[in-house]
Amino acid sequence: MERVKVAILGSGNIGTDLMYKVRRSGVLELTWVAGIVPESEGLRLARELGYRTTHRGIEELLEHGEDFEIVFDATTARAHYRHAELLAGAGKIAIDLTPAAVGPHVVPLVNLREHVDERNVNLVTCGGQATVPIVAAIRGVAEVEYAEIVSTVASRSAGPGTRQNIDEFTQTTARALETIGGARRGKAIIILNPAEPPILMRNTVYAVVRDGDRGAIREAVVGMVRRVQEYVPGYRLKAEPLFDEEKVTVLLEVEGAGDYLPPYAGNLDIMTAAAVRVGEELARHLLEKRAAVSVMR
Amino acid sequence: MRRRVWITDTTLRDGDHAMAHEFTVEQVREIARGLDEAGVPVIEVSHGDGLGGSSLQYGRSRVAEEELIAAAAEEIRRGKLAVLLLPGIGTRRELKRAAELGAKVARIATHCTEADIAEQHIKMAKDIGMEVHGFLMMAHMVRAEKLVEQALLMEGYGADCVYVVDSAGAMTEPEVRVRVRALRRALGEGTEVGFHAHNNLALAVSNSVAAIEEGAVRVDGSACGLGAGAGNAMTEVLVAVLEKLGIETGIDLFAIMDVAEEKVRPIMRHVPKIDRASLTIGYAGVYSTFLLHAYRAAERFQVDAREILIELGRRQVVGGQEDMIVDVAVELSRRKAEDMHRASEVMW
Repeated sequence: MERVKVAILGSGNIGTDLMYKVRRSGVLELTWVAGIVPESEGLRLARELGYRTTHRGIEELLEHGEDFEIVFDATTARAHYRHAELLAGAGKIAIDLTPAAVGPHVVPLVNLREHVDERNVNLVTCGGQATVPIVAAIRGVAEVEYAEIVSTVASRSAGPGTRQNIDEFTQTTARALETIGGARRGKAIIILNPAEPPILMRNTVYAVVRDGDRGAIREAVVGMVRRVQEYVPGYRLKAEPLFDEEKVTVLLEVEGAGDYLPPYAGNLDIMTAAAVRVGEELARHLLEKRAAVSVMR
Repeated sequence: MRRRVWITDTTLRDGDHAMAHEFTVEQVREIARGLDEAGVPVIEVSHGDGLGGSSLQYGRSRVAEEELIAAAAEEIRRGKLAVLLLPGIGTRRELKRAAELGAKVARIATHCTEADIAEQHIKMAKDIGMEVHGFLMMAHMVRAEKLVEQALLMEGYGADCVYVVDSAGAMTEPEVRVRVRALRRALGEGTEVGFHAHNNLALAVSNSVAAIEEGAVRVDGSACGLGAGAGNAMTEVLVAVLEKLGIETGIDLFAIMDVAEEKVRPIMRHVPKIDRASLTIGYAGVYSTFLLHAYRAAERFQVDAREILIELGRRQVVGGQEDMIVDVAVELSRRKAEDMHRASEVMW
């Protein structure tokens, strides 16, 4: 099958984990990995795997624009604001894993279809990727008056980007519960736990529902968990959904695939896994459009 | 000259846990006025889990926090109104709003190893002219050296005071002394050290006195001890004990006794006490706030609250992880059912 060529911008932990995941894709073909630290482990591993690399960042990457159509940005929000303009100027599609959110927020199983023609999409937050699908699943069978999520992550898996922008994390996630998940009101809480050995990422979703049939809600949640597992194998329910009057509680755990990041960092794994899933959908869409055009000709 | 310490009364914040978040505007007014008239220098008003804490995870407040803070601000004339914020739960937006409503002191709390998540909040609070107290929670979980490292971060962001917070009421006196002493030595002269106690091991007042002897100039109390777990150091007892020790608090003893007896005791929903569950919290070193949640989960899933608490301690669960209580209770009840099933198979 024809594949779409992609590049990764950022050779840190996220970019490197992403590299291993893109490597397995049947739809995406990785060509370049760009960083800014010459001696970075990520760039070394990329070279060993046979990818072309540069430590001169986006400038050099864009000199080889013919080698890719989609660029994953795993740098920082500040860097992405600059990258977004350069990528748009070069006619590249950007999948943004930073908190910059230049383009619309996407969650693969929920709203990606609405955004397949966008040139820049953003992955929300790890908490959003882990919980918005559940809220949307419940929303499919009941009115969700209020959705609240609590994401608990191992301290070691929370980098400076999260730590210094913790308000942005909770606010962005809460908004995604509303705009993408379909809850009337959303609230998000994040807790960092320093336990050793590090804990797996866990998420609790509380939803206050109206006119919901418990059986239907249970089925919707279980079905959604199964679908998320297709791209995040370590995503699972810790217990059957719990019901108290109009409140539904869903306890989730995310174990990372351990590609480059340690398995406890499910919060990072779900971001890179979702990014690949988004990349694949956008790539398929590109190929379909191209096929349609060639048929017309 | 007599030594002076500053008591922060947290009846209207830590006490919110014991009140199951049911404080009314009238109760807050009465208590805030009483505390202020008694001469309490700092009066804290917030959801038990801080600004923005009203949630399904921690319990929804009966009255919106803005209303309670505004009401307290109207009553407080001599002292300062304080609010608590836990980054990750509340945001700078709520803190700014609280300041507009009259809060003068921002108490910014993180788990004792995560001070760096408070940088933006401490800096903003200083920028808008608030006094800032950094709160290192669950301080029993780390050694003094680690606590010093984290306290220095908070001081670097601009905190005027850093508290050693015994959230689990788990510290014995030597543990308090070594931590407070280490902070006092490491922090600059202009930075104060504080101590926040819980009474799960019946040491709240004596540990507070030990902290003062080691250089703390701020300690927390609540009227009738109204607070999470077995409650806090009782403000009225702190005042009496410190007065006997010749330490000035600026608080009138009879007046604070009257607030406790007449304003607080009659409205208490849950009377904090040392029972087997709160004692287990102190013994296992678990967040005091888990107490009422553990009672509820124990009843719902038919397991012993103590087993839940011990398991939470074993898993090194930190403050704010109330959802783990249900998680652990479900697991324990499943395990119990499996054991019973196995036992019945053996009997057959």
